[in-house]
Amino acid sequence: MENRVPTGAEKLIQCLEREGVEYIFGYSGGAAMPIFDALVDSSIELILVRHEQGAAHMADGYARATGKPGVVLVTSGPGATNTVTGLLTSQMDSVPVIVLTGQTITPMLGKDGFQEADVTGITYAVVKHSYLLKDAADIPRATREAFHIATTGRPGPVLIDLPKDVTQGPCDAPFVDDVDLPGYTVPTHGDPALVRQAAEVLMNAKRPVLYVGHGAVISQAGKAVIRLAEKLRAPIVNTLLGKGAADETHPLHLGMLGMHGTAYANKAVDHCDCIMAIGARWDDRITGKLDEFCVDAAKIHIDVDPAEFGKMVTADVAIAGDARLVLEELIPQVSAADTDEWLAQCEQWRKRYPLKYAKQGGLRAQHVLDKLHEITQGDAVITTDVGQHQMWAAQFCLSTTNRHWISSGGAGTMGFGFPAAIGAQLGCPDKKVWTVCGDGGFQMTQAELATAAIHKLPVKCLVINNNFLGMVRQWQELFFENRLSGVDLVGNPDFVKLAQAYGVKALRIRRPSDIERILTEAQEYDEGPCLVVAEVVKEDNVFPMIPAGAPLSGMIIEKPKEQMAKPTGST
Amino acid sequence: MSSPTPIQNPPGFRPIAPGNAQKASRDLHTISLLVRDAPGVLVRVAMVFSRRGYNIESLVVSPAARSGFSRMTVTCSGDPAILEQMIKQLSKLVDVVHALDHTSSDRYETEIALIKLRCEGEQRREVLEVAEHFSAKVVDYAAESVILRVYGGSEKLDAMISLFSEDSIVELVRSGKIVMTRALEVT
Repeated sequence: MENRVPTGAEKLIQCLEREGVEYIFGYSGGAAMPIFDALVDSSIELILVRHEQGAAHMADGYARATGKPGVVLVTSGPGATNTVTGLLTSQMDSVPVIVLTGQTITPMLGKDGFQEADVTGITYAVVKHSYLLKDAADIPRATREAFHIATTGRPGPVLIDLPKDVTQGPCDAPFVDDVDLPGYTVPTHGDPALVRQAAEVLMNAKRPVLYVGHGAVISQAGKAVIRLAEKLRAPIVNTLLGKGAADETHPLHLGMLGMHGTAYANKAVDHCDCIMAIGARWDDRITGKLDEFCVDAAKIHIDVDPAEFGKMVTADVAIAGDARLVLEELIPQVSAADTDEWLAQCEQWRKRYPLKYAKQGGLRAQHVLDKLHEITQGDAVITTDVGQHQMWAAQFCLSTTNRHWISSGGAGTMGFGFPAAIGAQLGCPDKKVWTVCGDGGFQMTQAELATAAIHKLPVKCLVINNNFLGMVRQWQELFFENRLSGVDLVGNPDFVKLAQAYGVKALRIRRPSDIERILTEAQEYDEGPCLVVAEVVKEDNVFPMIPAGAPLSGMIIEKPKEQMAKPTGST
Repeated sequence: MSSPTPIQNPPGFRPIAPGNAQKASRDLHTISLLVRDAPGVLVRVAMVFSRRGYNIESLVVSPAARSGFSRMTVTCSGDPAILEQMIKQLSKLVDVVHALDHTSSDRYETEIALIKLRCEGEQRREVLEVAEHFSAKVVDYAAESVILRVYGGSEKLDAMISLFSEDSIVELVRSGKIVMTRALEVT
């Protein structure tokens, strides 16, 4: 290559290479063409998707599986707006993603040009930060800042809008290594006085609970959580997004808490006298009715984002800092609390209220997922879509390893699971990757079967097919007198034939006796993607359940005889 | 909106007409922000308010002493319980260097108002008397109207405005409050 000044696009690609980017998930278009052209000569591999939403979720799944930022490249207008759902998904779950969008040339900004959209305006609410670059000289600084902001503190998506004349014109600005962001600070170590206070509160507790969230996954605090739990002698519960930080098969672990958490986890939280949030944000799925949540319990909150303090719950001790660093400072200061009775009580609850499902009378999703856990033993990366299957997967697929559980929690985005698995497989080529999807969610991004097939990614895609939008149907059954509206998924394709149309191996589970054999076959098939459709019973309900807006004590373990009042909480 | 809090008239004064329905400045919160001077910062800040249903009464933004930065003073109304949370969410923005609540801090504050009043004959004398009392200057003197320029604390402006009837006020423009903390404390 001659020694000429690089174009903005070439400089951008060089900046991405310097950041260690291996893959860009993208879809081309006019406004982004200079960047796609520069990609031809790059070491970065373009993963061409079939819908920009797929690209956004792939970058997200890649980031959650590896801890490295995922990168998306799309064109202007509708290409960019197709990533908005993905941005929301990443922002709600604090995932580092960089979205690069092509844009019309600068003189046409705001003049309704072809495929122009006010992308920065549209996305203000769903990004951690964003840039509209009007000068190619800003590219190195903006890229470095974007990666820094996306990956530090509370991670999140950052968007860079790139007009075509900026990427096509020359860029002779030097690379930068340092960032100058006076408005951006990241807490690391906790205030020693507050840490000491937290230690005292914990040791005085007779019924403590450690409540672990996504922050523990991000800061890799899981092993510290286990050490703290063992030293203090306290049980552990985790949120949907906290799964995998601390080994869920550990004897002190009571499983997931919250709306569809285990009964014993919720009972422990409802009866505790001290609850410590480790990288968790007291989400409404967890707390139920806030003014009846842990009313008499002392609360400790460890979070890297101080804006979470007092948002839902005002803790007695709030420590701003990295979860792992704070726990490392805390552990030497605690010793065993007086919890023998409490631990015995928690075990009693575990025995008395186990998760259960019927193994006869039709194929059940829970049975399939229970077997999946048996076969993968926590060693596989599991992504899920959104719905009943997601909750059952969370209940039965106990997670043992950090970053092996990937699920859209805050946004609950249908269509997330399959592309996220593709991103995860690319990030973790040596691991088995499964995705668990419902027939509804899978159809939203099923076109990515092509992407998985082209790259021969051995993603195992389990579609739990009940021909219903199951979770909504459950709510209509329980709260709306079974008046079904907008949940009947007639006209589903034969998923096996659909997969085969993409050249993808496909298997079907019809009976409980098929489960082990089929799942094992898929688990061992590594030549390319494999779709497994499980034709489960049409109607089934996820229990336990705490209806939205109900207190933890309002948890129901099985379908009640009378019709229930409509929930008061959100969704 | 509930009926306006009555504002005390200065002693010895006969109001020309009953008070106007302007929200009493003492019910408002004042937040000052030091932000980066870049496109989009204003929108991001405003969105923190709009998302929570917090109404912005006034917003002043202009260059700060340090180049590349701006100062914003926001006067807003809403549930005080959410205010602390909102300050944190403002601080969280990458472009915001700091955000501080000045509602009860020791500070100097001021604001300017321009009031265009319809007045002829006898009315004009009364208007000028009010103006003199509040140290307002007549900046436009026309056949059927005058424009008064008054500056000072927001409550002083509220008081003066309330002395004029709705019929006599043709137009009113307020600059919005700006504040600065006393001595060497940071604004």
